[in-house]
Amino acid sequence: MLRAVRGAISDSWWSASGALGLSHERWTALPRTARRAVKASIWTVLGLILVVFFGVWQWSALAIAAVVLVLVVPSYGRVTIGRRRVGRFIVPVAALAIAITYPFYAYTSTGVNPGLPQLPVFGTFPLMSTMVNMGIFTMMALGLNFVVGYAGLLDLGYVAFYAMGSYMAGWLASSQFSQVNVRFGGIGVIQGLTGIHISIWLVLLAAGLMTAFVGVVIGLPTLRLRGDYLAIVTLGFGEILPQVARNGDSLLGFNLTNGTGGITPIDPPGFGGWLHHHAGLPANYGALGTTFDRDYFWTVLVLVLLTIFCSARLRDSRLGRAWIAIREDEVAAAAMGIPLMRTKTWAYATGAFFGGVAGAYYASYNGSSNPDEFYFQISVFILVMVILGGMGNIWGVIFGACFLTYLNSEGLNNIGAWLNTHFGPGGTDLELWHKTLDVPEYNFGIYGVILVVVMLFRPEGLIPSRRRAAEFHEGVHDQPLYDAAA
Amino acid sequence: MATHAHTEVSLRRRRSYSSYVMPAFAAMLVGLLLFWLVVNFFKGPSYFVTIAFIGLTNGALYALVALGYTLVYGILELINFAHGDVFMLGGLFSATMLLSVFNLHVHASTLSLVAAILGSLLVAMAAGGLLNAGIERVAYRPLRGAPRLAPLITAIGMSFILEDVAIGWKGPNYTAVPNLLPTGHVFSVAGITYTWEKLIVIAITVPVLLVLVWLVKQTRQGKAMRATAQDRDAAAMMGIDVNRTISFTFLIAGALAGTGGLVYALYFGQIRYDTGYQLGLIAFTSAVLGGIGNLPGAVLGALVIGFIQAFNEGLLWHAPGSDWTESIVFSILILILVFRPEGLLGERTPEGA
Repeated sequence: MLRAVRGAISDSWWSASGALGLSHERWTALPRTARRAVKASIWTVLGLILVVFFGVWQWSALAIAAVVLVLVVPSYGRVTIGRRRVGRFIVPVAALAIAITYPFYAYTSTGVNPGLPQLPVFGTFPLMSTMVNMGIFTMMALGLNFVVGYAGLLDLGYVAFYAMGSYMAGWLASSQFSQVNVRFGGIGVIQGLTGIHISIWLVLLAAGLMTAFVGVVIGLPTLRLRGDYLAIVTLGFGEILPQVARNGDSLLGFNLTNGTGGITPIDPPGFGGWLHHHAGLPANYGALGTTFDRDYFWTVLVLVLLTIFCSARLRDSRLGRAWIAIREDEVAAAAMGIPLMRTKTWAYATGAFFGGVAGAYYASYNGSSNPDEFYFQISVFILVMVILGGMGNIWGVIFGACFLTYLNSEGLNNIGAWLNTHFGPGGTDLELWHKTLDVPEYNFGIYGVILVVVMLFRPEGLIPSRRRAAEFHEGVHDQPLYDAAA
Repeated sequence: MATHAHTEVSLRRRRSYSSYVMPAFAAMLVGLLLFWLVVNFFKGPSYFVTIAFIGLTNGALYALVALGYTLVYGILELINFAHGDVFMLGGLFSATMLLSVFNLHVHASTLSLVAAILGSLLVAMAAGGLLNAGIERVAYRPLRGAPRLAPLITAIGMSFILEDVAIGWKGPNYTAVPNLLPTGHVFSVAGITYTWEKLIVIAITVPVLLVLVWLVKQTRQGKAMRATAQDRDAAAMMGIDVNRTISFTFLIAGALAGTGGLVYALYFGQIRYDTGYQLGLIAFTSAVLGGIGNLPGAVLGALVIGFIQAFNEGLLWHAPGSDWTESIVFSILILILVFRPEGLLGERTPEGA
């Protein structure tokens, strides 16, 4: 039914524009840049009409529209210096510059820079803590992208890896195990404190490796299951691990996870005195005062860049091409000599690695690892990021992660406030409802709507990888129930 | 893996490993479970049987929901993730019907109680069925030709949407249903007690299950369902309206979920937006345990899970307790999928009833 509606809309659209001299054939014959420019201008005009219509005309909206136009429309990919195609780095480097300098123009020691204008509908610019969360969730979404986007395996229990990484940080960098006293480069630890205190940088690595190991352990028996069964099994693990964390305050009399209280405090990151004096790096993130989120933000940017690098390089490697082959047609890939189990397990382990690192960093940033943070909705939340942005496309996934994290921590609140002042009780425009609407309460319903709408109308996501889009539109072969003769 | 491009040596080692160690491991688990049950039985036989009655009641309720999963999986090979939430909305709907429309209260007469329950049952079945069929129409039918995971993802989205519908309608807190059912003893022999409310749950569940079996086995529409489940294309060529049959299957599954919601609201007395997620996963585990796509299997699996849950939460000697129920249920799910993906009663290819 929806397909029919869609077809009818697109048919009438093209017949109308064909009457004006722009038929579908002529449109597709245009160069890609021209099509992109037309599309971008149409969207910008639509956006501006919206802005003007609701009376929030502001130069900040114009400035953002201008930046988007400048970055999206021109075909920078063709720019070359000598024989090197440096052009494809222009947009990422510009985006990175905007991100790196964000703390300077958007943030003061007290919060959001009051000099910055309000955005229409969305309100203030995101806080530094939101920016840190964006980085952490971007890492997780990129990690899940290995499994869902590249290898095409649906993982509904990614939160288990997040929890595992978080608890690794709790075990290796706090006073949880007060029976022992181990120290190795821990920062900001009070003298005489017992427990294991290892430098967070090593803990990040250890958490990643341990989580990858857990991923392999989970994956080995289950990865031969067919797609939807695998999804349910991962969902099961995603429920079991947090429950173990919740009940783990007396596992056979041993306090492993401190139960519902969680493990706290966890040591903050830092570089120690020597590097502080010689290289100017912050000695201890925890002791930096009100602007400390800045350093957390730059650190997570570095981690995200590493993740992006690994994503891109692995995607183009032999392993990554094997993942994509399995995603497109498992039987054909096996017939071409790709070892299915080993390749899938690698995808799982790689995805788990980054989930673990992100989890450990999050624990260190928050100073605690708490079982209340690990529930099924988080798994789906990360999945929505991957699907909304575009499965298998790094930039799409980053966009999805940043946008949804922003929505979840501030955006829905701001949009809700805007909606309520304009359409709520005593609204300035039109009183559509008479009781204050609590928009953030419906956050997961909104993500559910995003999932359904994206899968129905644009299954390849907002910024698709061309290959994935083709799969969705041409369909792929059905997979067997499970591989016989295990 | 037949598809492995390993050497023959590694293949042989693999086969011997899985044909020897895995069954031994599974047998050991089952043996431990039986040992635990027997010891518990001899420590307090009458208490054990009372707990078993609780398990039977829970199992009957799970069976209603599990059948919905298995029906839909049998015909579409889709895990209808939103099914648990249809159940939950059915429960909220029934609670509203019982309390606001029929104005039931704790001291209602037997006649008005029976009439109100029957009336609510019909309404809840109709509501659940229409809701489920509507979800299929909006979220699954446009994706018939898409990769398998696409409808599963929309199903998850629908599940979240339904949960928020419940939040918007009833708020995030429990909707309480007062104790309407009589709680007196049907019999109390040698310390074994059986209460009326448990009997009423069975009395609602069993007729509904019998009607379902009759529907699938005896009617023309049931025959069409089984044919569509076996081979959709061949069924279409034989003149079966496949889309209508699928809609009908969703309708029945939703009606079962609505019944389950009514039973849950009556028996447990409180229901809220996330009840369906928890119970839906348990019911799905039951369906997988019995062999997904297999109707008697779903009932058997639901009873087994119901007993396991009741014993885990009720027994006194070395029971892990309710803190671990979810972990135990999911461990069963994982073990079943790994060791015997076709379930207790299923065949290798699930093909409906």
